[in-house]
Amino acid sequence: MIDLPAPKPDVMARREELLAGLRALLPGDGVITEPARVKPYETDGLSAYRQPPLAVALPRTTEEVAAILAFCHRNGVRVVPRGAGTSLSGGALPLADSVVLGLMRMNRIIEVDYANRLAVVEAGVTNLGITNHIAADGFFYAPDPSSQLACMIGGNVGMNSGGAHCLKYGVTANNLLGLKIVTVEGEIVDIGGRHLDAAGYDWLGLLTGSEGQLAVVTEVTVRILHAPEGQRAMLAAFKGTEIAGAAVDAIIGSGIIPVALEFMDRPCIHACEAFAHAGYPLDAEAMLIIEVEGSVEEQDMLLGKLKEICSRFDPISLKVAQTVEESLAIWKGRKGAFGAVGRISPDYLCMDGTIPTGELPHVLRRIGEMSAEYGLQVANVFHAGDGNLHPLIMFDANDAESFRRAEAFGADILKLCVEVGGCLTGEHGVGVEKRDLMPVQFTPFELDQMRALKSAFDPQWLLNPAKVFPLAGNPVLRQAA
Amino acid sequence: MTSLIAPADEAGVAAAVAEAAAADEPLAVEGRGTKRAMLRPVQAARTLSLRNLSGITLYRPQELILSARAGTPLPEIEAALAERGQQVIAEPPGLGALFGTGEPPTLGGLVATNLSGPRRITAGAMRDHVMGIRAVNGLGEVFRNGGRVLKNVTGLDLCKLLTGAHGTLGVITEVTLKVLPAAERSGTLAIAVPDLETGVRALSAGLGSSYGVSGAALLAGEAPRALLRIEEFAESVAYRLGRLREALGRFGDAALIEDAESRELWRGIREAEPLGATAEDAVWRVSVQPSAGPGVVAAAGLPRALLDWGGGLVWLAGPATAEAHRQVMAAAGAAGGSFTLFRAPEPLRAAVPVLPEEAPVLAAIRGRIRAVMDPRGILSPGRMYAG
Repeated sequence: MIDLPAPKPDVMARREELLAGLRALLPGDGVITEPARVKPYETDGLSAYRQPPLAVALPRTTEEVAAILAFCHRNGVRVVPRGAGTSLSGGALPLADSVVLGLMRMNRIIEVDYANRLAVVEAGVTNLGITNHIAADGFFYAPDPSSQLACMIGGNVGMNSGGAHCLKYGVTANNLLGLKIVTVEGEIVDIGGRHLDAAGYDWLGLLTGSEGQLAVVTEVTVRILHAPEGQRAMLAAFKGTEIAGAAVDAIIGSGIIPVALEFMDRPCIHACEAFAHAGYPLDAEAMLIIEVEGSVEEQDMLLGKLKEICSRFDPISLKVAQTVEESLAIWKGRKGAFGAVGRISPDYLCMDGTIPTGELPHVLRRIGEMSAEYGLQVANVFHAGDGNLHPLIMFDANDAESFRRAEAFGADILKLCVEVGGCLTGEHGVGVEKRDLMPVQFTPFELDQMRALKSAFDPQWLLNPAKVFPLAGNPVLRQAA
Repeated sequence: MTSLIAPADEAGVAAAVAEAAAADEPLAVEGRGTKRAMLRPVQAARTLSLRNLSGITLYRPQELILSARAGTPLPEIEAALAERGQQVIAEPPGLGALFGTGEPPTLGGLVATNLSGPRRITAGAMRDHVMGIRAVNGLGEVFRNGGRVLKNVTGLDLCKLLTGAHGTLGVITEVTLKVLPAAERSGTLAIAVPDLETGVRALSAGLGSSYGVSGAALLAGEAPRALLRIEEFAESVAYRLGRLREALGRFGDAALIEDAESRELWRGIREAEPLGATAEDAVWRVSVQPSAGPGVVAAAGLPRALLDWGGGLVWLAGPATAEAHRQVMAAAGAAGGSFTLFRAPEPLRAAVPVLPEEAPVLAAIRGRIRAVMDPRGILSPGRMYAG
């Protein structure tokens, strides 16, 4: 279990008084304290870690968020912002003396403006909820994390979420225009707006991906795009990971940037095929799913070029979807990858490093060796165009020793990612999961400089503390721990 | 004339900054000084130039990654990329003509000013493609942020904080950029529109279509023209321009502009040439929601205008007076947008806010961030805000 700072004695001692204060700010059912109802908020997508908070506050407006933050700030109470709680890095894990600030009731789509291609939504609107709202008019919101059915836009901003299609459309930071934020003191501030590249420091860029360390986001102005005329996928299976890696290089080198370029290794192909019966070739060592967009003729042209490139690498199988249905069938296995692995193993850790794409064969070989050393199975899915690797490490949660080994295995993979020139996290965030690995990637000075920037927003370290930065160096938490 | 320090390596930059910090002597930070006339004048006896920190340090075409030292001239980077059929995604302008310098812009300078060209509307700004950075803070300490991979959310994103900070938070010494393949073909649909409002509606219809419009500008003047660019494989350019022509014909007479002429047209727009700014003019850049662009042009009441980014980027040129500046500020403010006094004689730049004032809470945070990154206040002080 990861170290968390000790609860503040004064806050714990004043529990009843503080809860009464919160209830006065959110009349009705806005404050949850009964253990049974608090339970769902004890953890997030990294369910190995659990911790009941002091209370859960569920505001409905930015003003209520501001009131809660001002109250907590006045009383030195830590605050953990939360969207849908889908974080895979423990970004929404509560502390015992914290108030979980849940934004799921702020779920209104405030405005859609097609002429200016933007939508203004509250933080608790789901990622897919935005696209569903505008799909009938032909538009969509581009970033598409795997959890898009559940995850909320406020959390997407906090983690700078990506997705399978960000090779073409970019990650969350590239698809935002403005934010309404509340500072730790409870001040409401508008950042950016409805226009591109507001002059001055790039607050929007700094806040996106800051994991709730700097402020709480209550409203988001996103860019929306018109959907392409159509899209279609192809599947290419190869005899070796090196060969598939070389095919990826050749595709990028050809000048085609597919809208998605997904790589699966042998264990992942087998898990997905058993689950989804998508027709994946079981004798392949590696498989690519490549998707292109455009009119039917444009799709034919691009898929023809891609097929020609892949055929140079002695493929075991090349399957170009002829219809939308065939395309969906190709995607079916990949989209169910996490569920498929879940069928083989009751529990798994989904890792999230990024590597220079050329290092893939080396990294997969090392992961295979580590898998044997740790005695744990691993399946790899990889956003091949942008180097984002998701090893799924299978373990048994009922066996504490197995979990410890899985964590150590995961840490070794992430260290390997940094060693080959990559980073600890491509899209899941640091959270608590990778917090203590930060010194692998950053010097003590670099970490201290980032800590000082957090302090510039949050001098008392009340906002989502104990995440992102190793506790030992934190100015306030050090004494408390 | 201020004295110039131009170290040959990062250690030299760090030493120069450390020395200046110890002596409490401010530095004007620049690449080749091509945008010295942008924003507020810096009161510094010495200039720290990155011009001698030059050269590409890493280029992996298959990984879509290029790293170069901050002083590397943009043309050198563009030439290296072109050899492998790739390009700088944000199409950053050089603006040599506008600023009257013969020098090329440097990579560090383009990142520090976050300047993006027409492709920004669909492909992102300079700041969207800065994947990694090396820099020296105001005490002379070297730090890195980001890396050499395309997806990275590890820690706070100082790449974005430094991009567009005009050298006030750190001296950028090296940048890693995401790059992309250059399109095989460029083509443009030019629509003669009766007025700017109609022109922006035509651009919006194009940008709100399925066809991946990669440039959407509006030439103001007697006979306004809405321009929509497609950059794709040759087959796609022909097909998409054809479909756009059918869809947008209702806005005015439309003509197709082929590859070479299209490229030249957008090179000019990137450099704001159609603005036609005179040598005496002040130049502003206003960013608003696209539908507000024509209103800004009307409200500013200045003689020369050019709209890009679907109508959302409004270039304005006119008399370099405080009165004209007030009009631009008011027009941008009324439209809920942002402005930059982009080029003006020094007395005007020193006398007026060159960027919108920020909310007091943000200004306070800005002060605390400056205290972290540059505690002695020696990095281009006063460049963005007075005081």
